[in-house]
Amino acid sequence: MPAIADAGLGGTAPLALTGANSGERQRLFWRAVVLLIAALVVAPLIVLLTRIGDADASLIEHLLEHVLPRVFGHTLLLTTLVAGATAALGAGLAWLISRYRFPGRDVFSWALLLPLALPAYVLAFVAVGLLDFAGPLQTALRALFGPDLRLPPVRSVGGAALVLSLSFYPYVYLLCRSAFDSQGQRAMEAARSLGLSRRQAFWRVALPMSRPWLAAGLLLVVMETLADFGTVSVFNVDTFTTAIYKSWFGLFSLGTAAQLASLLLLIGFVLAMTEHRLRGRAGYWSTGRSVAAPGEPIDGARRWLATAACLGVLLLAFLLPLAQLVVWATSGWTGVDVVSLRAAGRTLLLGLAAAGLVVATALLLAYARRESPGRLTEMAARLATLGYAIPGAVLAVGVFVALTLADRVLPALTGVDWRVGGTLVAILLAYVARFLAVGFGPVEAGMARIGRSLDDAARVLGAGSRRRLLRIHLPLLTPSLFTAAALVLVDVMKEMPITLMTRPFGWDTLAVRIFELTSEGQWEAAALPSLALVATGLLPLSLLNRQAETTPIRRSTPPT
Amino acid sequence: MSRPQALFRTLGAVALALCLLPAAPALAGEKLVVYSARIEALVKPMFDAYTKETGVEIQAVTDKEGALVERLKAEGANTPADLLITTDAGNLWQAAQEGVLRPIDSPALAAAVPANLRDPDQQWFGLTVRARTLFFNTQMVKAGELSTYEDLAQPAWRGKLCLRSSKKVYNQSLVAMLISEHGEAKAEEIVRGWVANLAAEPFADDTRMLEAVAAGQCAVGIANTYYYGRLMEKKPDLPLGIFWANQSTGGVHINVTGAGLTRHGKQPAAAQKLLEWLASPQAQNLFADVNFESPVNPATAPSAAVQAWGSFKASPLNVVEAGRLQAKAVRLMDRAGYR
Amino acid sequence: MTPQLELRSASLGYEGRIVVRELELRIERGSIACLLGPSGCGKTTALRGIAGFEPLLAGEILIAGRSVSRAGHTLPPEARRIGMVFQDYALFPHLRAGDNVGFGLHRLAAAERARRVSFWLEVVGLGGMARAWPHELSGGQQQRVALARALAPEPDLILLDEPFSNLDPELRDSLAREVADLLRERGATALLVTHDQHEAFAMADHIGILNAGQLQQWDTPYDTYHWPANAVVAGFIGEGVMVEAQLLPDGAVQLPFGRVEAAGRDGRHPLPAPGPVRVLLRPDDVIHDDASPHTARVLRKAFRGAQILYTLELDGGVTALSLVPSHHDHAIGARIGICIAADHVVAFPSVRHE
Repeated sequence: MPAIADAGLGGTAPLALTGANSGERQRLFWRAVVLLIAALVVAPLIVLLTRIGDADASLIEHLLEHVLPRVFGHTLLLTTLVAGATAALGAGLAWLISRYRFPGRDVFSWALLLPLALPAYVLAFVAVGLLDFAGPLQTALRALFGPDLRLPPVRSVGGAALVLSLSFYPYVYLLCRSAFDSQGQRAMEAARSLGLSRRQAFWRVALPMSRPWLAAGLLLVVMETLADFGTVSVFNVDTFTTAIYKSWFGLFSLGTAAQLASLLLLIGFVLAMTEHRLRGRAGYWSTGRSVAAPGEPIDGARRWLATAACLGVLLLAFLLPLAQLVVWATSGWTGVDVVSLRAAGRTLLLGLAAAGLVVATALLLAYARRESPGRLTEMAARLATLGYAIPGAVLAVGVFVALTLADRVLPALTGVDWRVGGTLVAILLAYVARFLAVGFGPVEAGMARIGRSLDDAARVLGAGSRRRLLRIHLPLLTPSLFTAAALVLVDVMKEMPITLMTRPFGWDTLAVRIFELTSEGQWEAAALPSLALVATGLLPLSLLNRQAETTPIRRSTPPT
Repeated sequence: MSRPQALFRTLGAVALALCLLPAAPALAGEKLVVYSARIEALVKPMFDAYTKETGVEIQAVTDKEGALVERLKAEGANTPADLLITTDAGNLWQAAQEGVLRPIDSPALAAAVPANLRDPDQQWFGLTVRARTLFFNTQMVKAGELSTYEDLAQPAWRGKLCLRSSKKVYNQSLVAMLISEHGEAKAEEIVRGWVANLAAEPFADDTRMLEAVAAGQCAVGIANTYYYGRLMEKKPDLPLGIFWANQSTGGVHINVTGAGLTRHGKQPAAAQKLLEWLASPQAQNLFADVNFESPVNPATAPSAAVQAWGSFKASPLNVVEAGRLQAKAVRLMDRAGYR
Repeated sequence: MTPQLELRSASLGYEGRIVVRELELRIERGSIACLLGPSGCGKTTALRGIAGFEPLLAGEILIAGRSVSRAGHTLPPEARRIGMVFQDYALFPHLRAGDNVGFGLHRLAAAERARRVSFWLEVVGLGGMARAWPHELSGGQQQRVALARALAPEPDLILLDEPFSNLDPELRDSLAREVADLLRERGATALLVTHDQHEAFAMADHIGILNAGQLQQWDTPYDTYHWPANAVVAGFIGEGVMVEAQLLPDGAVQLPFGRVEAAGRDGRHPLPAPGPVRVLLRPDDVIHDDASPHTARVLRKAFRGAQILYTLELDGGVTALSLVPSHHDHAIGARIGICIAADHVVAFPSVRHE
């Protein structure tokens, strides 16, 4: 039966064929986007894997016999210690700050994030300088207790674990804060009404409920620990990553290094899938509370325990190292270090550009996962975040080789003589490959909090995908986007091996400066650029804290 | 749009605009690109002097030596680099092995650089010399008790030795030279002896190790001379003494900072000129003195500070051995448990 | 006259499962219809299909005479002129109430948009609250904003997906009536989806009862209650019990406590053949009569304010429900007199014969 014209529409509107399978076309489009992003990020990894063909079999044998068993043990021990310590510190401090009131709580709330501004390797060399045999602490102790005093060795797995934990706990802290602020109140009330004491409620209700956030934070921490080279070298701890470096620089075999790195990649992939599984099952739920209610006060002297705990962590992780850096910087004062100032500017610029690019890419990826869900997009999204799991120098080689390949292939294909390697594009692409994981987490979480019905409502009101993105998704995602940008910015500014390898001429960052100075044992001279790095890191940190405190405001479901 | 949003966006746009700037093409004859594993602070004075003298601008790209070699390999014929500088002979050997260096024929360089400090195949040339020798706590040890590297493996030194990590190339070169002199089996014995005598975990760098010796954590250690120079300059009162090892046997182990022309560099003539200048007497002092090293050019005297350490017999072995045997040395150290 | 909404044999489903099977319905302009059924019956899927969120497997959907969905072709929701009120209201949390309402009016000039926004907020009884944030509003208020938002663009059709389920029960009734009045006043065509028959009765001109994806009956509320098309509808709508009885050749039904005329629905629902049948007895069909010779024993009672719902055991072991004014308060176990008050009952084939 032919459709009768409706006067209001001015004639029969034939079913627009573009509208016909637009849903299908949209899904294909997003799938293509995901694959493109994944390809971009995975390309360096693939290039790296192709080098495995160069691996030296006798080398592998040697490594298996003499190096890898011990290295596996150390790496496992280190990772376990760091994961445990950061979980305890991060979750514990987050709980304290989120649910209780005690002297200084408001300050500690943001101050506990400060260690993010201090790179782990800087903390490492400060710690070793302060605490080792020849350092001021032990020298003073020997003056007190006699020259034969022998303390446990600082340069050991334990020492490295301590430094890494103090450096990385903010990731867990930040994410657990998010969890406890939004769920904590309800959880506690429900648990207490069921007769659990406060402590029981924490262990049996609040902590399990925060598992998804905890898992996400721990994933970042474990990946960072696996990929870390700077800190473990200072402590002379042999980990998987140092074995990779040894194969490359000492044994002159990048192929073997690539082979070992691929193992790390596998571990990283498995970890990421596990975390996703853990998170996925728990899902995201929004609560009725609009703002996190202020915590309950602690009575009596125990308040000061809480303050002491926070202060202690802050001292060890930030204040004391900062003080030492200031002492070093001022003692060797040779006038204003113009080079470092310029480097600071470069650092900030590169960081901001990278943060913007990473967040935009993460947004595309998250959007694609939402619009075109399925196994393919899932896998691609996981792959795209793998760059975080392998050591920076190794990824740098992959990026570099991939780019030089492009430099050879592109002019041949297009006839235009243009170069990517050595330009800012190169280093920014490398940053995206490495830090997409950091940006993706918060963005994905924010995206998941936007209920499907909002999308549907917007569509029914006539909003196409562009209008939905601009008027609905972006405004609601803003807190997550800023969190992601701030996290990426802080990480990029501290990054060293990739920057070293892909930076264009004249773009030395503070991290590069620090590396050059410390590679020659000039720790004191590295103090000033380290301080500059901390200072530039404070800007994104302030943003991070603002988001952590104000995120729970907007809700997509009505209060009960 | 909130302010942080606006700020981020503007800066992002600026950054992207910067990205679109084309890579500057190499201007012939006016600019040289140097890939240097030696940090900028230690090469910039020379390059500035060269620019002042000849007007040729030099762009130094610094990175770790392994990364630089990989870069050169990956870039192939497209490389912008004209010269490669590394801080040890082992990596120069490796670079030559990977085929990224170009052999040159230069009588000037042959004259300026002694034969055992340059590549027999003329692909690279040493520019400064540093020794890796023994340093001791003057309050705990008398110079007369010391003799050779090998001697430090003896049980008499149990708990008194400090070493830097085996992961750093300087120790790898040292062990490589031991292998070259004594063969693998004996060298492994020596290294095992060292490990047994360690007073503490190997150190991440020479300076920290020297400070540990001065503080009394151990009695003797092996380090590069220039770290000693720098440390004593800052803290002259440290009870730290220098001892030239193996004077009655093979001579002190030495290593070089060296350079070679890149195979596919676009300006070999200009690069060669630079290299020859770096080996010439005017540059040699500049190069070496800034870092308490000795010049290779026999026509140049080392700085007063270095001379104050006394003269020493250096090992006459060609430093190329350090590279040739580096992989063996690393494996040996792994087997011996020297971390 | 062209129906405002027409479904022609529409089938929807996913992954090999058919959720809605050959649904046929027509809604005239200005009327309110309801799709009613238990959870999982497919009503929400049908609604989403009409909205354009789900594609059709077969059949066709036309809105205002325009074909919007066919197998293989789905006009996206943003291109259809429909409004939708969601179960969770789906108000945009980052926009004030007024901006929410104006979201669908972005093509209008700012002044015109503002005028319409304030107009529609007045209509729903929230005049002057344009600057309120969604989280500051109560559930009922949010619901009204959602309604205003859906109505403001003056769409061809309004779809409501269980819009009252998140509200307090007392609020539900009054709001349902209010909303129905409002929609009728504006001449809007609406389709409501719910599992709550009271809402359906309060609002709809026509109800379609869905079960397992198939339409069981499409009728006025009165007719679905008094003339259920089959046992499924009878069981879902209203309260009552099915009693086994005998259909006599003269068209009467012999029940344990009386004889009643059976009724078919002339042509549409013919009487089954004489013999054993099941008869629907509503609580209001069985009344308390002290004078009646037939008695029943009280099994349970449920106090309902003005009435008490008794569950009675009749002779023969049959259970029936009876709604009695609550001042007739009898104890459990007591015997009370009852009789049939219906002038007809609806008979269905006995289970064995179906």
